[in-house]
Amino acid sequence: MALLEVNHLDVRFALRLGEVHALRDVNFTLERGERLGIVGESGAGKSVAAFSLLNLIAKPGFIAGGEVRFDGKQLNSMSERALRKVRGNRISMIFQDPMMTLNPVLSIGEQMLECLKAHRRISSKEARAIALDKLRQVQIPSPETRLDQYPHELSGGMRQRIIIAIALLLDPDIIIADEPTTALDVTIQAEIMALLLELCEKYNVGLILITHDLGVVSQVTQRMLVMYAGRVIEQGPTREIINDPQHPYTQGLINALPQMATPGEKLNQIRGSMPSLSNLPSGCAFHPRCDFIKRADGTQRPACTQQVPEFVTSGNCKVACHMVAELLDKEANDEARLKETNP
Amino acid sequence: MNVQAEAMTDHRTPTQNEESAESLLQIRGLKKRFSLSGDFLDQLRFKGGKLVRHQEYVHAINGVNLDIHRGEALCVVGESGCGKSTVARIVMGLITPTEGEIRYNGERIDNLNSRALLAYRKRMQMIFQNPYASLNPRMTIQQTLEEPLRLHHPDWDRQKVVTKVEEVMHSVGIDPDWGKRFGHEFSGGQRQRIAIARALAVDPEFIVADEPISALDVSIQAQVLNLLMEAQQERNLTYLFITHDLAVVEHFGTRVAVMYLGTVCEIANTATLFSKPRHPYTQALMSAIPRLEDDRPQHVRLEGEVPTPVNLPSGCVFHGRCPYANARCKQEIPVLQTQDDGTRVACHAVEEGRL
Repeated sequence: MALLEVNHLDVRFALRLGEVHALRDVNFTLERGERLGIVGESGAGKSVAAFSLLNLIAKPGFIAGGEVRFDGKQLNSMSERALRKVRGNRISMIFQDPMMTLNPVLSIGEQMLECLKAHRRISSKEARAIALDKLRQVQIPSPETRLDQYPHELSGGMRQRIIIAIALLLDPDIIIADEPTTALDVTIQAEIMALLLELCEKYNVGLILITHDLGVVSQVTQRMLVMYAGRVIEQGPTREIINDPQHPYTQGLINALPQMATPGEKLNQIRGSMPSLSNLPSGCAFHPRCDFIKRADGTQRPACTQQVPEFVTSGNCKVACHMVAELLDKEANDEARLKETNP
Repeated sequence: MNVQAEAMTDHRTPTQNEESAESLLQIRGLKKRFSLSGDFLDQLRFKGGKLVRHQEYVHAINGVNLDIHRGEALCVVGESGCGKSTVARIVMGLITPTEGEIRYNGERIDNLNSRALLAYRKRMQMIFQNPYASLNPRMTIQQTLEEPLRLHHPDWDRQKVVTKVEEVMHSVGIDPDWGKRFGHEFSGGQRQRIAIARALAVDPEFIVADEPISALDVSIQAQVLNLLMEAQQERNLTYLFITHDLAVVEHFGTRVAVMYLGTVCEIANTATLFSKPRHPYTQALMSAIPRLEDDRPQHVRLEGEVPTPVNLPSGCVFHGRCPYANARCKQEIPVLQTQDDGTRVACHAVEEGRL
């Protein structure tokens, strides 16, 4: 059994304008020590997916269906009290903006000790020793003085290191990192990502990395989900998806990267923009932007505009696309026919 | 398409002579300090029983020389706080430099009053980073696009202005029906198109774009970048393109200037810079780009962090983090020196052949 299992997760926001379906039928698993990337553009639902794992969806949002199972226990039906024992302890989070995450009126040491003492019955002295050890692991120079400093005295990269140290404080099983390096500069981003990767590997910590940066995902994760308008549209091993994306949206995202084009030539763009969740197109949510709603022979594929695509398995990946499904069907038929003719 | 492709490659040919006559814009000895100490009374301190005046400055730009050639896209890259946006703003006359001069077409423009600058503002336009902040929320798109035309062409009649707005809307791929709507009704990518349309409305020849795609989603970034490239080819625009995204630079830039702590450490043709980065900082920056191909980040790790621009390090501003620094680097400020392939590098180690 996987360490974390998400089954048919469905999150909605009850807004005055009506209910907005932020997450529909999201399924994935995470094994111990595995690193999973969730990619998508803003509004795709990747942060909602991460927050709902720990039931951190604030009102008017709510989990309308499905379940999150962690270590055999169902998280979304747990009491707040029981959940608090999991949060920060066995599953911890790293957020995008390190300045927003740290409390500006508490010193780094107070914040670290607070976290430790909330979950373990230990003396301040022991807690301080653990905190120092973690600060050393994230390669912070002169950790003793840092403990007495306040967040504003540290640079962005240093703050994000502290946050990683806090996330590791109680030796969690999983770290959920929501755009951990987006607010940072390129060189600092590379350092922080390398550090996170190194620590996750060393301590066998699972990582759920939410990002819009395909480069980061391809360097850090083993498996990935691609999300679009509240649904997962493609999932599988990262290398396979990056090298051979099946879904037209994933293909579009990868091909739109400047590094995929010849310098000076036009970039391959996806036309249009992501639809609003309150007004989704019928059928496949991507169809108004998709170049493959017509078959190669020019005929329409009516399913694209009428029916939400189911997942089909292609190699090690799962793809929700009518075009891919049709191709796979055709391949299977051809193979069957081939067997019939020469058994 | 072929002709356009040729035109692009043409811009990429090395331009050895920085003082060449084809420079549209010249930046010479530019320095900018921002005071941190408030007004005169705030600056007074008691020290040893005496009243002294204490002043502190952020040294945002410390001696920048740049030439922007006609028809090229000069990209300025660097990390936050390196002064790249300040350069853009000084060029546009939005802030005044402390020292140095800006010449546009050979004419000095940094000391002009706003009335004299108006003629230049028509020829140079700016696109800002955040399209959510750069459109006036109380103006319709039509009003937003008409405003620059009315300002710069007071003699035009209403029909002429409306026709021009319609034309520019078509050229950036926005529906003229949008004119009646307000900025908040559009997505980020659409707003950035509107901001580009506003810049193009007065038919400028030079555009300063300060991180124009950083606030946008990946699929939208490609759309906007394509639009900027199309506009460049159709209108023979010159760009000063400020960004921190090196992948974009590689695709878009004719030449690249790398900035660190208010100084330019390397200027080169894009292809040269990416195939052969010389300055240790450029090398570290290049290695930090997350690429799709490799599984493992193989980046050059830099020691420490960017020093504060309030107390600049002596000598080369990069020496504290540079793996090749020696005693000379700590004392002497390196100047840009032209290499045999036209790249200009400010580094003692490169000059001495230690690197």
